[in-house]
Amino acid sequence: MIGVVDYGSGNVTAIENALGRLNEPYMLVAVADDFAAADKLILPGVGAFDAVMGRLGESGLIGPLNDAVLDRKIPVLGICVGMQILAESSEEGAHRGLGWVPGTVTRLDTSNLRRPPFLPHMGWNAIKAATDAALFQSVDQDLGFYFLHSYRFSCAPAYELAVADYGGDFTVAVRNENVYGVQFHPEKSHRNGETLISNFAKL
Amino acid sequence: MLRPRVIPSLLIDEGRLIKTLSFAQPRYVGDPINAVRIFNEKEVDELCVFDIGASKRGAAPDFRLIEDMAAQCRMPLCYGGGVRTADDARRIIDLGVEKVAVNTAALERPDLVREMGERVGAQSVVVVLDAKQMGQGLYAVAHKGPIAFPDDDIRLIAKHFSENGAGEVVINSIDRDGTQAGYDMDLVAQVREVVSTPLTVLGGASGIEDIRALVERFGIIGAAAGSLFVFRGKLRAVLINYPPREALRFDDSA
Repeated sequence: MIGVVDYGSGNVTAIENALGRLNEPYMLVAVADDFAAADKLILPGVGAFDAVMGRLGESGLIGPLNDAVLDRKIPVLGICVGMQILAESSEEGAHRGLGWVPGTVTRLDTSNLRRPPFLPHMGWNAIKAATDAALFQSVDQDLGFYFLHSYRFSCAPAYELAVADYGGDFTVAVRNENVYGVQFHPEKSHRNGETLISNFAKL
Repeated sequence: MLRPRVIPSLLIDEGRLIKTLSFAQPRYVGDPINAVRIFNEKEVDELCVFDIGASKRGAAPDFRLIEDMAAQCRMPLCYGGGVRTADDARRIIDLGVEKVAVNTAALERPDLVREMGERVGAQSVVVVLDAKQMGQGLYAVAHKGPIAFPDDDIRLIAKHFSENGAGEVVINSIDRDGTQAGYDMDLVAQVREVVSTPLTVLGGASGIEDIRALVERFGIIGAAAGSLFVFRGKLRAVLINYPPREALRFDDSA
């Protein structure tokens, strides 16, 4: 069953709603004992990097998360800031990230955009994903996903699963073995989002 | 490439969906949950819901209704109406809403916008400004009570919020509300010039050609509309509608 990590970061309800619409069995993971029943995890996150990492630290869930993801190797999907905290650090804050995907989080570079709007990157944007990426199977890449953010994941190409163009291509999905992250909001991206969540559930 | 956002904007009052003309003459047009379901099927880019009843009466947001709408929404939802504190914003985001809009409370106490950003992230904080034309090329932000700005010029206030914590500015034209006379392009131009964040304009859209004109002139922008997506025909029969995706492919390279 998919466990939605509930550490007080915000959009847990939106993810529960999406899983409910897909009739995908899920549970909330709020204390260490909850992890045993989960064979996959979704890690949401909304707000500033430090606020999200701070909350996660206070929840006491970092240890059990590391056990589940690094030792048991169960698939995990970070969404939005939930993706950014997979990195080692962020320009936006002083807290360390989880460090599950080698990389850092930096402010989106908008210097190539000719006119406003600049930040945040808000709205529907097309993506380009690796054709063999199971997470993006049957996704309409031209339709893309809904984005709402000002910071981005920076990593080596080996960890990059998809890019989008906003004043140049930038990483919008990452993978390191069983660890997945997406910058956009699949829970609010109509059928494309539901396809992606179903794909994750089938991994 | 990022696409312009085409956004149905719904007004609610005491749990009912209504539509106004120049902010007056409210007309009952249906049930908000049903409207959300139809907009899901139409795959709209985003949805805005403003509870003008909560604003008017100074009441708290109707959290139950917001929760019910968010549970249905397969697209991003922006909610406004009765939001007065960062705690309100947090609670609304926790219900599964992406963006929280403020208007009166932010005009009275602009720091609220920054406080909301600290709780939920600036990208989720929307400032709605109701624009009233005061003379040739002169627009004021409409307000009932005193505001914390020396002047109500919309350029001054929009610029302030764009630089101080808003993730998005929404300009709502009182003069064009419900008229379907087209967007007020002069108003949009004035605000676009001073705002670096995403900008959404509301008021006056009569059809896809108005949205096209907006995008051709301003590029990436939020084109919101009420009447256009709620009524059909000269008699303004209630019929929730939204253009097919093929009709929303604009040339924004201008």
